[in-house]
Amino acid sequence: MSVTTTTSLDGAVESAAAHLYVWALKDIPQDLRDALARAAETETSVPGQRVLQTILRNVNVAEEEKNLVCQDTGIAVYYCRVGEHFPLHPARIYAALKEGTERATIEHPLRSNTVHTLTRENTGQNVGYRVPIVHWDFISDWDGLDVKCVPKGSGSENMSFLKMCVPADGVRGIKEFVLDSIVGAGGKPCPPGIVGVGIGGSADYAMHLAKEAIARPVGTRNEDPLVAELEEDLYGLLNETGIGPMGLGGDVTVLSVHVEHADTHMTLNPVAVNYQCWAARRASAHVAADGTIDYERDA
Amino acid sequence: MATHEVTFPITDPAEIQKLRAGDEVVVQGHIIGIRDRTQVRIFDQGVEPPMDLSGAFLLHTAPGVRKLGPGRYEKVCIGTTTSARMVRFTEPLGAQYGVRAICGKGGFPDEAIEPMQRLGMVYFAIVGGAAALETTQIEEIEEVAWEELMPECLWKFRVKDFGPLTVGIDAHGGSLYRDVQERARKKLEEIYARL
Repeated sequence: MSVTTTTSLDGAVESAAAHLYVWALKDIPQDLRDALARAAETETSVPGQRVLQTILRNVNVAEEEKNLVCQDTGIAVYYCRVGEHFPLHPARIYAALKEGTERATIEHPLRSNTVHTLTRENTGQNVGYRVPIVHWDFISDWDGLDVKCVPKGSGSENMSFLKMCVPADGVRGIKEFVLDSIVGAGGKPCPPGIVGVGIGGSADYAMHLAKEAIARPVGTRNEDPLVAELEEDLYGLLNETGIGPMGLGGDVTVLSVHVEHADTHMTLNPVAVNYQCWAARRASAHVAADGTIDYERDA
Repeated sequence: MATHEVTFPITDPAEIQKLRAGDEVVVQGHIIGIRDRTQVRIFDQGVEPPMDLSGAFLLHTAPGVRKLGPGRYEKVCIGTTTSARMVRFTEPLGAQYGVRAICGKGGFPDEAIEPMQRLGMVYFAIVGGAAALETTQIEEIEEVAWEELMPECLWKFRVKDFGPLTVGIDAHGGSLYRDVQERARKKLEEIYARL
């Protein structure tokens, strides 16, 4: 690996991160636009309809004004799929993602949300100790890098819930906990959004899976038919609750429910809920081994 | 459900009394941006706010701005945050400073209903996340105080056709949030019975 290649790859990943962060904040994916339009066709409550029309108008205004869809620039979260032959070590990829996040924040400028968790002092540029948050997958027999940026707003992230159900609670326990969580959250997480549910694994991994679930395109179904059935069931049940757009009452409480699962211990039945507001921002890029970047908003 | 246009700050409390939960409202005039740390400074640290809050419309916000010069900022992206975190300030804002309207997203829990009724205040629900639109309705940032709390300063904005807002909690004891929760809890019992 030559130094030149590595330096340009650092730069490519940094540029990708800077571009993805701003792009995700301004231009929401088509699957989400379609889901919001369908919600507006379905909604029968007056305040609910008012909210959905305002949301659709806002998405267009963001485009016309080249402004952010939502002011909450979030906490920067990246999902990386790294090929085993990608010529930049993950430690360097992390540094480049951090640089890119900071650069986008300064150049745009974006509101910086990142603070020290005890002193609450703002670190200034949306980066800090262990921020951005980066999740890793490693892919064999491949030399590329996929980066997905999912800026996560606090209104919806604050509506995250974990319950260590017992095995005897079964699927019923999972459903009750998700329903209770979403009704309890009411209008706070900016409904109608995507409900991410992580089941199985361990406590921490269940929440990780719930977060991964919200980063999927709206309405995609889990490959496991049993899990997909749970997604459909929960979607129907949650939309019976009447919480409605922005919690003001109505037919559309959620746009979709995504469930990710892992096998677990025989005495565990963890359920994690991670909410994604209607402004479900995400943008992706593929960085090739030679530093070429391909952007893909809808991935 | 009626539609109203209200100009803030208000001088006649009757303006608030005519609003009912569920009504649509569009706001003109001046509104004041406030957030968690701003209110902690006023009430927990006992620092007098350097802006007149009587008859005011407060917006739960921490705007994205560009600095133009000392004390001067232009808007980049201004939106609204979750109100529930700040519910405990409702009573003192009304009783000590004469605030008449609080606007945010996601609603206030039921503890806000009684003080709002007693003090003649309303809670306006804005559409959370719709910041691009909201930014176009804010004409200018006229004043900023407590810049050291950036972005959680005390902001004065001049607005035009700000909304549409929904009256979430009115000054007559009405709350859409309470009604929606009550209905949802009943529905859950029904759902759990057939799971």
